[in-house]
Amino acid sequence: MRKSFGHLLSGLLLTLATLMMLSGPAAAVDGDEMFADPAREARARDVGRQLRCLVCQNQSIFDSNSGLAKDLRVLVRTRMDEGDTDSEILSYIADRYGDYVLLQPRLSAKNAVLWAAPIVALLLGLAMMLLYLRSRGPQRTEITLTEDEREAARKLLQEGRS
Amino acid sequence: MIIEFGHFCLILALVVAVLQSVVPLWGVRTDNAAAMRFGDHAAEIQFLATATAFGVLTYAYVVSDFSVLNVALNSHSAKPMLYKVTGVWANHEGSMLLWVLILTLFSVLIAFFGKAIPVSMRAVVLAVQAMIGVGFLAFILLTSNPFERIPVPPLDGQGMNPLLQDPGVAFHPPLLYLGYVGFSTAFSFAIAALVRGQVDPSWARWMRPWILLAWSGLTAGIALGSWWAYYELGWGGFWFWDPVENASFMPWLLGTALLHSAIVVEKRAALLNWTILLAILTFALSLIGTFLVRSGILSSVHAFANDPERGVFILFLLVLAIGGALTLFAARASEIREGGTFATVSRETGLLMNNVLLSACTATVFVGTLFPLFLDIASGEKITVGAPYFNRTFLPIFAGVVVLAAIGPFLSWKRANVRRLRKDVLITCMITALIGIGLLVLFGRPDSVSIFGVGIAIFLGVATILDLARRAGIGTTNWSSIPRRLAGLPLSAWGLCLGHFGLAVASAGVVAASLWTVEEIQTVTPGNPVSVGPYEYTLVDVKNGMGPNYRTSVATVSVSRDGNEVTTLHPERRWYPVEQKPTTEAGIETRWHGDFYAVLGDPASNGQFVTRFYYNPGVPWMWLGAFLISISGLVSLADRRLRVGVPTPSRAAAPLPQPAE
Repeated sequence: MRKSFGHLLSGLLLTLATLMMLSGPAAAVDGDEMFADPAREARARDVGRQLRCLVCQNQSIFDSNSGLAKDLRVLVRTRMDEGDTDSEILSYIADRYGDYVLLQPRLSAKNAVLWAAPIVALLLGLAMMLLYLRSRGPQRTEITLTEDEREAARKLLQEGRS
Repeated sequence: MIIEFGHFCLILALVVAVLQSVVPLWGVRTDNAAAMRFGDHAAEIQFLATATAFGVLTYAYVVSDFSVLNVALNSHSAKPMLYKVTGVWANHEGSMLLWVLILTLFSVLIAFFGKAIPVSMRAVVLAVQAMIGVGFLAFILLTSNPFERIPVPPLDGQGMNPLLQDPGVAFHPPLLYLGYVGFSTAFSFAIAALVRGQVDPSWARWMRPWILLAWSGLTAGIALGSWWAYYELGWGGFWFWDPVENASFMPWLLGTALLHSAIVVEKRAALLNWTILLAILTFALSLIGTFLVRSGILSSVHAFANDPERGVFILFLLVLAIGGALTLFAARASEIREGGTFATVSRETGLLMNNVLLSACTATVFVGTLFPLFLDIASGEKITVGAPYFNRTFLPIFAGVVVLAAIGPFLSWKRANVRRLRKDVLITCMITALIGIGLLVLFGRPDSVSIFGVGIAIFLGVATILDLARRAGIGTTNWSSIPRRLAGLPLSAWGLCLGHFGLAVASAGVVAASLWTVEEIQTVTPGNPVSVGPYEYTLVDVKNGMGPNYRTSVATVSVSRDGNEVTTLHPERRWYPVEQKPTTEAGIETRWHGDFYAVLGDPASNGQFVTRFYYNPGVPWMWLGAFLISISGLVSLADRRLRVGVPTPSRAAAPLPQPAE
């Protein structure tokens, strides 16, 4: 048997499917952990959707039913009970579980490339386009004659007629 | 024996591919027409050999030949026949074989339908296709041989991931590969243009049908994958911004840019170098996607380091192909003369702007997907780049693409009439505002994000219809001639209209689905209604049953509004004993405005069940939009200009173009 045998994860779909399997495809949030107040529940979900289930791939803790995701959901709810703001909850959890848990990376020096890339790509593209247009556009869009040239042209035309 | 024959055919395909990548090029160099035509015949043999190998593997799956390692690992005798067949490509080895099969399919199609392409051009194109084939055939034979036997066959196979035992996902890989691999043709044409040092409108016209076909397939493949995730994974989501998805989305974004820039080459002989570069980069992204998915580097950098054989091989192919192509580009680009000039406000500029925005979108997805990988390799730090990042960076740029898709068609080639453009945009804005106010009065969602998102989608829809009306001559000619004018429109114009309208519909769907979905998760006792937005969902009962290779619990959920029955949903929860895995099948009922969606979860204590109920507005619009976009490519493909428009040079008179030295 080849050593690459256990490499089932590598399939295009298998990757996706396997990671879904890890978390289980079924209902993630149990009824018993939820807040009774819909507004608070909605807020818990907004916060939870920013946190990654650590054993899944790119799934938020609110879309996963792994045990760890549930622990984190309960933690989010506990912090809400303690009166933390959304960003306090996020940094509380990121401090304990690492930045890996944040689905939206922090705006920090080491992530500068990540956050700058879209805007830099866009500006670079626009700049290149403008340079190209400037070099390629019709050399003179409107040809205007000075008074002297007009005079000269009139003379030429008259000469032609006579 | 049959298995060994398949193995032999694969080796034969490799040998032919080697010949096909050398002989035609030698023919071009020595001006030997017979050697150039060798490419056509080699492409046929290579395709037949690969198809036979693929057929043999399929046969092994159909008869459940567990002496073949690949079958034993990925199949099971109790699996329904459909999934035995689709199981062929639901694993690494088989899917790479499918990859090469589609590559050779494109080559043979070019050999067959590309007779209008001058033989010296076709020879180079087919040689480049064959070089890619050599790389991947060698990859299969050396690292991922699907025909490997096991000395002691097991009694039965290990089965296939039950999530993949689904008709939607069964045809997702072939369509996806049609796009992924189909962009190899763009690459080959780009290399051929560089080798021959000749790029002109007819080059774009020869290349365009293949890009259109690939792009349509990729669109359909991505949509099918997204649809599968939506109904099979059971939480109402349709796009995860997962690296695997991004890997297929990047070639789509850049391929869309390529499709548009090729129009400029075809009509105006401008943007030549840029189009060649785009063609190379689009296929490069397909290769990068293949690398990311196949090497296992995404699941973990360490998984890659522990088993680097396959990953390093593809990485080597990647560097060779992209590096070689870009070097050739750097050497030759300056020799290519740019053609027609155009004013700043013109269709050309619009399409260029489209390219800039789509490239920025691609760069965003690229950096977002690969940055965590680089950070991990460079510093060992692990971060996640998930949906919130892409929503903040990608979506605003893509909103620009949607707006541009509305305005672009108003611009005329060379120099657009600014006053008329202003008038067209003003009319579109007014109609959009009217519809928007109407919607606000009816549904009232006065938050700024909703207004902006829906506004853009309506703007594009209105603009596209207005453009079609203009072409039909509404307002300028009498009404009786309109049907005739519409019928006389070239199919490529219909393609534009359909594609852009599809984008409008899909955008509206995505906006609605992301902003207004109602989600209710609860433990319910059968018979107790739950309100989901304006609707009431009631779990009526849950019945147990048996499927062909699974046990199942099927729930009945009735949906009503104000006491009137709307529909009944049947979400399922399955258990596959062979694979020891559960799956959920969401119960979905589609209406024009949205989906009713229910998922049955685990049974809780005293007869209760965990359930997830959703009302997902806009989701059907998304699928309809994707369908329209995909079809628009095929409609453009049917345009007769692409088939007969290129004047065929008479054989005797036309001198063979000399290869650029």
